[in-house]
Amino acid sequence: MEKKISKLAILTKGIIKENPVLVLLLGTCPTLATTSSAFNGMGMGIAATAVLICSNIVISILAKLIPDKVRIPCYIVVIAGFVTLVQFIVQAFAEPLYNSLGVFLPLIVVNCIILGRAEMFANKNGVIDSALDGIGMGLGFTLALTVMGAVREIIGNGTIFSSFFLGDPDAFTITIPFVSEHPMMIIALAPGGFFVFACAIAAVNALLARKGKTPREFSCQGCALASMCQQEKCIAELDKAEIKKGVEA
Amino acid sequence: MNFFTILVGMILVNNYVLAQFLGICPFLGVSKKLDSAVGMGIAVIFVMVLATAATWPIMQILNAWEIGYLQTIVFILIIAALVQFVEMVLKKFIPALHKSLGVYLPLITTNCAVLGVCISNIDAGYGYAESLVNSVGAGVGFLLAMVIFSGMRMKLEGNEAIPKPFQGVPITLVTAAMLSLGFMGFGGLVG
Repeated sequence: MEKKISKLAILTKGIIKENPVLVLLLGTCPTLATTSSAFNGMGMGIAATAVLICSNIVISILAKLIPDKVRIPCYIVVIAGFVTLVQFIVQAFAEPLYNSLGVFLPLIVVNCIILGRAEMFANKNGVIDSALDGIGMGLGFTLALTVMGAVREIIGNGTIFSSFFLGDPDAFTITIPFVSEHPMMIIALAPGGFFVFACAIAAVNALLARKGKTPREFSCQGCALASMCQQEKCIAELDKAEIKKGVEA
Repeated sequence: MNFFTILVGMILVNNYVLAQFLGICPFLGVSKKLDSAVGMGIAVIFVMVLATAATWPIMQILNAWEIGYLQTIVFILIIAALVQFVEMVLKKFIPALHKSLGVYLPLITTNCAVLGVCISNIDAGYGYAESLVNSVGAGVGFLLAMVIFSGMRMKLEGNEAIPKPFQGVPITLVTAAMLSLGFMGFGGLVG
């Protein structure tokens, strides 16, 4: 019974408590770039989730076979393989999405969430746990992106899930009455991405503060390469690293 | 397309960080101090140009063999190997440069701006020289954004007037939004 609860915890922790985007502050590039509409955000989320689940499963199986020293390049190859697969699938079945995500679809390879989960979870845990972790983290990512995309699309364009039905954007679009006549374009453009993300994190910070937790800063806490950075393990400690190197020299 | 148009377009109009959202992690993570921002920016320019110089010819080979779909896997491996190689060479032959840039090199392997510029050069159908100019522009744009942003962040530090939930990361992002808004003003510069 206890084991079952822990499995459920693995699945659900990524969705809210350790949401990769809003709490762990990982994967900021795709979060800002692909949330100009709810549908784009959701598409990106689902694509990354698919890669994450597959790579988590494969890496947890191969963890014992991969020599420790070359593990990061090995993970990257596994992830890149699945990204290529996902690129093919999206291109074949959802071409409008493929075009609007553009360069960010292949860039799933360098998404820190995926490499981070491989490094921090999949290589230490079993296949089932890793798959559940991938599903949970992926859902959290998708959820955050969809919500942000929806907010930006409603304020910036006055619609929601436009072009949800691929190929025929006019077929089904929910238009919000007042806002669509007076859209705030800027929210759907680049500055709005930063601004909406800032507000989302501020809301999460307020919730965390109420629970007595300290909000996260941008640092190496979630960075998959922390172990590879030979200097100090943290970007925040870059200055210390330089001092240390100075001493060595 | 002429080189100057590409260069100005990449630095000001389609700035990688502020307009295209590539390389956000180092932009927010390493911009607390001016010297680390400059170091990171120069390291990024360096790796971007080298990576483009290496990936563009290899893409021609992939296309000739009709295995262009392996682009993602091949590019990321080339970039990872290249960064390691550059670090080793710098350490051996130019220790002074390694001391100032070496810290940032391992972080650049998984920097989406580097892979992003390699892929978009191919997607845009640029020739070899155009690709290199495009990479220089992307790198200089990154450096410019880093330097301006680190100046803004130094002013923000320890400001108690900011509402509690907005302190730390959110206010940094709001600042980035303002900077991005400023860069939108360059929009009409290059057709």
